[in-house]
Amino acid sequence: MSLKPFKSIGIGVAFSPNLKANLYESARLSVFLGAKLFLIHVGDASAEKLNQLDDILKSFKSEGLDYEVVFKTGDPVEVILSISEEKKIDLLILGALQRERFLKYYVGSIARKITRRAKCSILLLIKPAVERIPCQHIVVNGLKDPKTEQTITTAFYFATKLKTEKLTIVEEIKEDQVTVKVEDDKSLRMANIMKERIKLRENSRINEIISHIPEAYTQDKTIKLQAIFGKQGYSIGHYAQISRADLLVMNAPSKMTFWDRLFPHDIEHILTELPTDVLILQ
Amino acid sequence: MSGKKSNIKQFIQDLPKNVFSGFVVSLIALPLGLGLAMASEAPPIAGIIAAVIGGITVSLLGGSHVTIVGPGNGLVGVTLVAITTLGLETAYIAIVFSGLFLLLLGFFRMGKLSDFFPSSAIQGMLAAIGLIILGKQFHIMLAHKINRSDTIDYLIEIPFTLNDAVHYEKKGLVFAALAGILSLAIMFFYSKVRNKYLQLIPAPMWIVILSIGFSYYVEIGLHEANPISKEYMISGIPSIQNILADIPIPNFNGIWSMAFLGSVFGLTLISSIESLLSIKAVDKLDPEKRRSNVNRDLKALGLATIGSGFLGGLNVVTVIARSSVNVNQGGNNRSSNFFHALFLIIFIVFFSTQLTRIPLPALMAILVYTGYKLASPDIITKMFSIGKEQLIIFFITLVVTLKIGLITGIIAGVIATIIIHIIINKSAGLFFRNVLKPNVLMYKEQDGKENYYVSVKHFCSFLNYFRLKKHLDAVPEDQDVIVDFSLCDFVDNTVMENIHNYQELFAKRGGHFDVVGLDMHDTGTKHPLASRRLLAVPRIIKKSLTRRQNSLYSLAEDYHLNYNPKHQKELTFLNNFSFFQTKHIDHIYNKLSTEDKSIKLFDIEFSEGEFIAKEVIRKTMIHIEINQAIPEFTLDKEGFLEKVSALAGIKDIDIENHDDFSNRFHLMGENEKSIAQFFNDDITHFFESNPYYHVESNGKSILIFGKERLASIKEIKALFDYGKRLKAVIEANN
Repeated sequence: MSLKPFKSIGIGVAFSPNLKANLYESARLSVFLGAKLFLIHVGDASAEKLNQLDDILKSFKSEGLDYEVVFKTGDPVEVILSISEEKKIDLLILGALQRERFLKYYVGSIARKITRRAKCSILLLIKPAVERIPCQHIVVNGLKDPKTEQTITTAFYFATKLKTEKLTIVEEIKEDQVTVKVEDDKSLRMANIMKERIKLRENSRINEIISHIPEAYTQDKTIKLQAIFGKQGYSIGHYAQISRADLLVMNAPSKMTFWDRLFPHDIEHILTELPTDVLILQ
Repeated sequence: MSGKKSNIKQFIQDLPKNVFSGFVVSLIALPLGLGLAMASEAPPIAGIIAAVIGGITVSLLGGSHVTIVGPGNGLVGVTLVAITTLGLETAYIAIVFSGLFLLLLGFFRMGKLSDFFPSSAIQGMLAAIGLIILGKQFHIMLAHKINRSDTIDYLIEIPFTLNDAVHYEKKGLVFAALAGILSLAIMFFYSKVRNKYLQLIPAPMWIVILSIGFSYYVEIGLHEANPISKEYMISGIPSIQNILADIPIPNFNGIWSMAFLGSVFGLTLISSIESLLSIKAVDKLDPEKRRSNVNRDLKALGLATIGSGFLGGLNVVTVIARSSVNVNQGGNNRSSNFFHALFLIIFIVFFSTQLTRIPLPALMAILVYTGYKLASPDIITKMFSIGKEQLIIFFITLVVTLKIGLITGIIAGVIATIIIHIIINKSAGLFFRNVLKPNVLMYKEQDGKENYYVSVKHFCSFLNYFRLKKHLDAVPEDQDVIVDFSLCDFVDNTVMENIHNYQELFAKRGGHFDVVGLDMHDTGTKHPLASRRLLAVPRIIKKSLTRRQNSLYSLAEDYHLNYNPKHQKELTFLNNFSFFQTKHIDHIYNKLSTEDKSIKLFDIEFSEGEFIAKEVIRKTMIHIEINQAIPEFTLDKEGFLEKVSALAGIKDIDIENHDDFSNRFHLMGENEKSIAQFFNDDITHFFESNPYYHVESNGKSILIFGKERLASIKEIKALFDYGKRLKAVIEANN
């Protein structure tokens, strides 16, 4: 198990009012993780653009930031995906859009296409800021899935690097696992006993995973396990939102077909309603 | 096995109570069954058949505990349409088919169906049904049969009928109309008279008894013919042999017409909605706090309806008024439903000729009252206080139902509600984008408190309320629940009403149900006042006090008490008294309390029963907190009724060496030993030497009240003094 999962970080750069905030966020993250930052710009190269980027990132040079600017013209989705593969980027940072007048965020169409097709991990930022907002609470999924162990481990790695103290592992349990339908007092009691049993089983599974993680990453952290009976993918987002998490870490979905988009589940729910910053791990 | 054995023992112990309440319910079911069937233009016996088949089937197979089934008032409209358009025989087939669909609804667990309708639209629909019943029967009640094609015409012609009734020349008609008016007066004033012997027989049965008695008096006492015109007497009550011989032959012709399908759909829709709403309401009254298995009940109702349809009866639905009477008379399991059916059979077998002595107008007066209750002005004022937009929905549904029909009416109500919600929020996207999302999250908080936390996102209205309900239903009612609406942009009045019901249910069963996050909506302009009004209960305080209130005010100054004339809804301190288990407390007012709040004297308004059997009662009570733990007991004057109920198996605890006390007082409680210990010499002497009051303990505090009405100032002083001395005696002796 590698515990330096991110060696190179990529971010798409457009010269918009958000540029400075986006660059600051990604540069900070690169410094924290000790990774190389690739700034991908869809468009022609020019000295002026380079100067502007250098100017913004000047302050991070002293902290040992290593970065590279890549220019390429073409379709934004194709450009970002091809450069990610070319430069072997491990983590791609994308920005979210805000729905007008509501405090609701969603992933725009370009970012959504990239998320679906990218082979690397994705970090979706809802509100990039110039000043650092400390990451205090990470929520990570504990689905029963082969990828989960890696995801939880990475979440602990992230938490250590970002100095996060609280980490909640949410076990989303499909409601059809509770085979008793609540109809009267007796079935209600049965259902609750069954839920309690499933919860204990899930908790011991997660505890087993945590015990495999090197202690350096798990010590000094408040670890909470939370079982939730609900729609997979959706309820964890909802939970992250109400528990005021700063980062939600999730498994990448196994496969995506046309039907998955039509009947959204798992990650698709998160994309239409970003509860917080989301890290999708490949 | 011992568990099963004790269940059987318990069942046998409870049997007398259930036989009794089944009997009382059959007294109200008999006239209602006849009347409802006649209002739907079916033979009168069809209503009794529905009640009998339903009572037997549902009591054996159903999933609820204290409900009573029979012909429902909501169905009068649809059944009427079915019978007039299809003819009686095909209408029975439509009833059979609707039973089949109900059965399917039960199998597919569609018990949540009724949650998909906004409550204002349902209210509007019920009011329309009430007006249909009232409009049609009002004329018969005044002995003025008319036939119109449009339901609205019946309503418009009410003044003409009134005018005609004043000018009747024929003696037969005058007496018929008088019977109707007298019966209506009995229905209206029955609940105002508080006398426990009078109240033993329900108002509809009084009407039956009085009119049969009158007819016998005229015939045997005066040797005259009944003065009420022959055409206004009930006809066609067949004897039991005739019923069995006349079982209709199913006629499947014409079941492929649109009218037939419409009727089946209407019957299924209304009977399921009426049953589900009633079951929900009755569950709140169940003293043993059980939860009904709705889907199982639907299956049983479906089966009963199929049987009833084949035998020439109406749809079988769960009915609220009769069920609430059942609960009030002490029915505590399904057997009372069975006995109610059994008593109905006995009535028909032995008294079918007597029943033809009931004048039609008297029976119709019962229905006019039912119709009035469904469409009473109170409902409109309540709607208005919730919000003007609710009134719009209410009236759209009402008018469309009256003008076109039930199904169109309810659809119009749903559409109107959706449009109004969109206008209020100035956004259709909020609804369309989010209606399919699983917007409710519930989990058990892990921090040791183990309470359930429910968060609702986006919006919560009748469209997606079923998701919230599914989660809330998975919580035992004695637990703590916190519902958080802070992520929710819009909560509609249907949801608020249901939330309010949950709060009541949880409070009764020892849990807590808190709603948070709605305060934030106050600041946002997009949130309607309507949804918030139901929870917050500020009342407009009348500036001027009544004379009684002024006297109370000066009494408070005299005795150094705090006086608060306002309506108060903070009633949790009354929760564990067994007196209130089957009653719904509305509010307390005119509260006098001591400095340390340990003694509170107040007027209280509560209600007993539901719908037409509902009685609003006001009493003056005193509530005393006792500093030590005391046993739970109920102490009352030993009277005739208590002696009867003692025969029925309710135990009276006797205190040794205090024969006078044991004879004069009726003492009940679970823990006999500690009660016997508690009633020592001093305490029994106190009760022996003081006037009678109803005294009840819930383990921590004592509730005392006397008369079946509000107390006068003098009585209040006596009650206050009694309470103070009782507190001193108890605290000195424990």
